[in-house]
Amino acid sequence: MTDATSQSGPVLAADGTPLKKSLARALRLQKTRALMLIAPLLVFVLISFVFPIASMLFRSVENSIVMETLPLTVEELQNWDADSGQLPEEALYAAFIADMVVAIDAKKHTRLGTRLNYEETGMSSLFRKSGRKIKKLDPATDGPFKDKLIDIDKKWGDVTTWAVIKTHSVKITNGYFLNAIDMQRTPDGAQAQPEDKRILIKLFQRTLFMSLMITASCIMLGYPVAWLLANLPARTANILMILVLLPFWTSLLVRTSAWKVMLQQQGVINEVLVWIGLVADDARLVMINNQFGTIVAMTHILLPFMILPMYSVMQTIQPTYLRAAKSMGATNWTAFWRVYFPLSVPGIGAGSILVFILAIGYYITPEIVGGTKGVFISNRIAYHISSSLNWGLAAALGTILLGVVLLLYWCYDKIVGIDNVKLG
Amino acid sequence: MKTKLTALAVTTALVAPAAMAQEMTIVSWGGAYSKSQLKAYHEPYSAKSGVTIINDDSSAEAVAKLRAMNEAGNVTWDVVDVVAADAIRLCDEGLAMEIDADTQLAAAPDGTSASEDFGDLLVSDCFIPQIVYSTTFGYRTDLVGDTAPTTICDVFDTDAYPGKRALEKRPINNMEWALLCDGVAKSDVYDVLATPEGQDKALAKLGTIKDDVIWWSAGADTPQLLADGEVVMGSTYNGRLFAVIEEQKQPVAMLWDAQVFDLDGWIIPAGLSDERKAQALDYIMFATDTQRLADQAKYISYGPARASSAPLVGKHAELGIDMAPHMPTDPNNAQNTFLYNYEFWADYRDDIDAKFQAWLAK
Repeated sequence: MTDATSQSGPVLAADGTPLKKSLARALRLQKTRALMLIAPLLVFVLISFVFPIASMLFRSVENSIVMETLPLTVEELQNWDADSGQLPEEALYAAFIADMVVAIDAKKHTRLGTRLNYEETGMSSLFRKSGRKIKKLDPATDGPFKDKLIDIDKKWGDVTTWAVIKTHSVKITNGYFLNAIDMQRTPDGAQAQPEDKRILIKLFQRTLFMSLMITASCIMLGYPVAWLLANLPARTANILMILVLLPFWTSLLVRTSAWKVMLQQQGVINEVLVWIGLVADDARLVMINNQFGTIVAMTHILLPFMILPMYSVMQTIQPTYLRAAKSMGATNWTAFWRVYFPLSVPGIGAGSILVFILAIGYYITPEIVGGTKGVFISNRIAYHISSSLNWGLAAALGTILLGVVLLLYWCYDKIVGIDNVKLG
Repeated sequence: MKTKLTALAVTTALVAPAAMAQEMTIVSWGGAYSKSQLKAYHEPYSAKSGVTIINDDSSAEAVAKLRAMNEAGNVTWDVVDVVAADAIRLCDEGLAMEIDADTQLAAAPDGTSASEDFGDLLVSDCFIPQIVYSTTFGYRTDLVGDTAPTTICDVFDTDAYPGKRALEKRPINNMEWALLCDGVAKSDVYDVLATPEGQDKALAKLGTIKDDVIWWSAGADTPQLLADGEVVMGSTYNGRLFAVIEEQKQPVAMLWDAQVFDLDGWIIPAGLSDERKAQALDYIMFATDTQRLADQAKYISYGPARASSAPLVGKHAELGIDMAPHMPTDPNNAQNTFLYNYEFWADYRDDIDAKFQAWLAK
């Protein structure tokens, strides 16, 4: 013992290399082997998941289209001050014509028009219509162009048109993110959208609020069911389990449409209420195409995601704990509240995270039963992906949604602790 | 084993191009509409050319999907059925091929050139019109009392016609109807709608019935709502109402007043190989000739886009009723019509849609 400590220099392994080094090598070998084993999955996840998401997120700031389509114009615009209120000089108009002739040849000018139309209404037709006439001009011989272009469309004689092009000529833009929070990029910096166009923040708030409501109602409805499942004799529990799983296997669309049949004013519930005389025929309840309908339908659809993790956690709670508590004088309630419930919290946590994260990105159910007050932010994202083709804005909205979910996850970890989540 | 595999790979490589030419993917809307195309276009074309046609019901997401395919450099569709507004967008984005009507489309039987035969309906360089459809109102004959609605403004009259209405959850058409019923002359509608005051005016008019509206987003919603008695009247595509009235015999009637004409037709995606492009053009040449367009009207109540096809419209293939009176273009139905203003909505759609959605959420 004293010998070993008195030795100077590092501890050596049997083959004479320092122990630390040889240990590291052995570990590295192990790690490489482990990496090789998961490599196929890793590559698959990278290619099919991480890369597409990253490239979609990148769209929320990417804006090279203006600079690529109008390179000379953008350069000239640097010398022009939008605040001066003066129209740009002839040099800029000449540069613009030169750029446009190239762009029209490659059929890119209308794409630029669509892009700029997101910021300033009217740009789309301005580029499309002017393109037809600019095509006939020769940048080398037909100048000067300033008056000619203003003749083609008087909007080219409008300072705002050029200011918009200048404002959105940067390669990496914050414009989409500003749009996503009801603001806009202007020559004078970020400004709020006019009040009658503000909708997105409201939708974010509503999405969060409704997802929380849905999660809460799933907990309330799911907890007793999970408790029954875990505590009934196996045979009865199995039958109950099938009842839980059956809707889980049914198509989402079918279940949503079924709620429509149930809840609408000429639907099953209203008919029954009118028939037994609880509700007057001309005062039928409005239970669909609003928040109520969305919460009911989504709670039903997401309920299995709450019950299953709760059930698997509750199954591991020994009934002897409760008996022990009672034998020491606890009432039924105290035994449940002080012993059983704390043990079942990890299941609630797991179920809540599942339900909440699924709910926050839900699209089809709010679309069908949401009416005007029950739609989510995802419905707006879908609109920008498939109808307006404003993928930049859709990406910005998606990024914010992802950020919100991660933030909430982090809060959850801080408050409850993520170790405290169990799926079984 | 290895040689076997190589042999297999070689044969596949040899067979594949030949097989590709015999197959084409045509994208459309599905349902009764795809069926009408199958009967009127696909089956005769397959019989004539031996090409197998694969149907893909993706038209509703066609614009986004085409863009994604184009970015990935792998366009798998040959011919795509889209509404004219989408065709304009695709053309602007460079995702659809430009078509020269006179050389690439069939002339009318009497020799009239295709561009003249289609006339104003060639709203974009990339678009080959197929049908004229309209968005119009249907009402429950048993729920509207003794006097049936006759004008578009009855939709806004909740005193005379109490009950819910179904309107589409987007500004297009609704804003025009609102202005029309708020005293704006038909010729001024788009000038008014281009101003913020005009937009507010339209929303204010819609606001008078906001509490009585169920907003739909799929074409099948209104027919269902009418059949269930959830609404007394609602807007939808005229072909859907035809099915409710004539095929399902529901107590529903059409209110053709102020119907908005819109066009649906084909585009060929940009970036196809020469071989596939030739195939697609060959199909288009066949499927949009005068007789074929008239044939489609046997299966669905949408008007053919060619002037020369109108006289050839006959009876419904299964119901045996005359189709001409059910066409939106029939003179009796077309006394007061709008044509979807493509130029206006291409510019204003995003702007007004944001306002409209904000107004809805209020």
